[in-house]
Amino acid sequence: MEVYGWGRFPKASAALLEPVDSESLIKILTAKKKIGSMIARGAGRSYGDSALSENLISSRFLDSFLSLDQESATIRCGAGVSLDSILKVCIPRGWFLPVLPGTKFVSVGGAIAADIHGKNHHQDGSFCDHVAEFTLVLASGEKVTCSPQQNTELFHATCGGMGLTGIILDATIKCERVSSVSVRQRSLVANTLSECMELLDTNADSKYSVAWLDCLASGDRLGRSIIYLAQHDGNSDTTKEPKYKNRRGPTVPFDTPTFLINKFTMGLFNSAYFNLKKKGPRQSTAHYDAYFFPLDHIGNWNRLYGAGGFLQYQFVLPSGAALEGISQVLSKVSGAGKGSFLSVLKKFGKANANLLSFPQPGYTLTLDFKREKSLFPLLDGLDEIVLAHGGRIYLAKDARMSESVFKAGYPAWEKFLEIKTRVDPTGVFSSLQSKRIGLT
Amino acid sequence: MKILIIGATSAIAKATARIYAERKHELFLIARNEARLNDLAADLDVRGAQIVGHSVVDLTKHRDHGKAIEGAFSVLDSVDVALICHGSLPDQAASEINFKLAEKEINTNGLSVISLLTILSQKFKAQGSGTIAVITSVAGDRGRQPNFVYGAAKSMVSTYLQGMRGKLLSYKVHVVDIRPGLVDSPMTAHIKKGLLWSSPEKIAGKIVRSIAARKHTVYAPGYWRGIMFVVRLIPEFIFKRLKF
Repeated sequence: MEVYGWGRFPKASAALLEPVDSESLIKILTAKKKIGSMIARGAGRSYGDSALSENLISSRFLDSFLSLDQESATIRCGAGVSLDSILKVCIPRGWFLPVLPGTKFVSVGGAIAADIHGKNHHQDGSFCDHVAEFTLVLASGEKVTCSPQQNTELFHATCGGMGLTGIILDATIKCERVSSVSVRQRSLVANTLSECMELLDTNADSKYSVAWLDCLASGDRLGRSIIYLAQHDGNSDTTKEPKYKNRRGPTVPFDTPTFLINKFTMGLFNSAYFNLKKKGPRQSTAHYDAYFFPLDHIGNWNRLYGAGGFLQYQFVLPSGAALEGISQVLSKVSGAGKGSFLSVLKKFGKANANLLSFPQPGYTLTLDFKREKSLFPLLDGLDEIVLAHGGRIYLAKDARMSESVFKAGYPAWEKFLEIKTRVDPTGVFSSLQSKRIGLT
Repeated sequence: MKILIIGATSAIAKATARIYAERKHELFLIARNEARLNDLAADLDVRGAQIVGHSVVDLTKHRDHGKAIEGAFSVLDSVDVALICHGSLPDQAASEINFKLAEKEINTNGLSVISLLTILSQKFKAQGSGTIAVITSVAGDRGRQPNFVYGAAKSMVSTYLQGMRGKLLSYKVHVVDIRPGLVDSPMTAHIKKGLLWSSPEKIAGKIVRSIAARKHTVYAPGYWRGIMFVVRLIPEFIFKRLKF
């Protein structure tokens, strides 16, 4: 069957295998007849080719909760359980997931494999910092429990390891007790990039912070942005049981004709959004679903960029070099007249010990681009800027970076490869991405 | 509500049980595979089900049915909804030429359900309330070349339910016949999927709504009612030549 990631590029043909439990999973791995390369696939929310291979081991039926511990607020569940399902279970108990990405539809397995981050990275780190342990099934069919204390090396290789060390069967996630699932949101306006970065920096005591950027503004408007800060609502009514909410919005019914996505429409959208938000209210209370997952409200929003798909480009630069590097990236993007609805700037906190995890201290910028031929040379140019400023590119979003760009950005790749070769000596687990960037 | 689910580890049953669990209902589960049943019970417990009783029963053994249902009633006290979900997808070509195989499939998909219905209808009559819901199939609407062993068994159940519905009316017991179309589940893992396939979750939502709305015959998703209406209209001299 034809498969692709959230960006709908690239597309590949693959066989889909859907184990229903550990037994059937082990059977696939230990079968006498070799079926070729394989990679685990969760909700299919990575953007590029991280979850594309000859064979896809779907976690769709590994979607059971195994146990819940009231005292420690931990939940153990199958790798295919979505963060949405976990929220449904933990919110009525007054718990919350400590790390939430921009969509609630990712699977736990995928969240670990990409070591995803959220708007609170500067305070709480990334997803795997809240994983107590997980069960990994190796290429040999052997089940291994990994945690920060047990099989530590394999734990740090698998967290952020893009599924290349084995198949995650289940995981134990530490939840966070919160005063409310509603958030009090504040927004600030920045007219330049340096102002924006300064505001993110001075408001680091705010639990959640992120900035929307007008990526097509140039000259002295370069980097003009709206900064969104938020905290869990402290004085909400505690007598009411916190409610899980699933807002349903419109679905994008067909692919946007690509000629509608050009520098004029994008420029218009970006200016209009900036000016609208600039005049809008500065403070509000929002339900968590609206705050964390605005795009989940629109079904199939990935069709907005047209039938050819789109690429998301996310990189991080160390704090010292960020202002200069990001300015260069933005000038290059607005100069080329390519841009997106949503460009997001975020300040990261400390990095963790995971070998291929993306976050490192500094600033991360995310840009969407409609896929077109002329995009690829532009992105190659951006790679050069990123590397020159000591940065790296997020694997879960990537569909095209070269081996040398990857290896320069992730110096721990050699250590990773050594561990991967030890647990998967015949190289069963590989993706189109891992082959492209020289990891398999 | 107190809900008894028979064949609880099937994909549709599991998805349905999860919806009931999230609404904090009381569930009793019956299935054959103990490990999977234990896993499901734990899953439903986390999702919010109130009490989860369960028992391991091989439903192809009719003589065990009485004890299994007695056990469920004694734990739940009374039952508001009994949902029968178990089934298997026969290898049509093989069971056409091997009666032993056909008998086994008709037993699993047809006779074992009727055995359960015999016992359940007595219990519900005595109770004087409740809903009995059974998952049959659109395959029972007309015998088609690729699956008439399965279809015959399912249509036997549908016909039985029609009669039983009338019989139980005066006892205030309601009967729902749920006919799913093509469902993308582990049972159909080997079949190539197309546009008309639905997820077990989608079917489950429809089951829960139909039970609440006291529907009689339910197609899931609803468009299968239209498709099967057309399929039933095709004159036999043409139909006999169709291979779908």
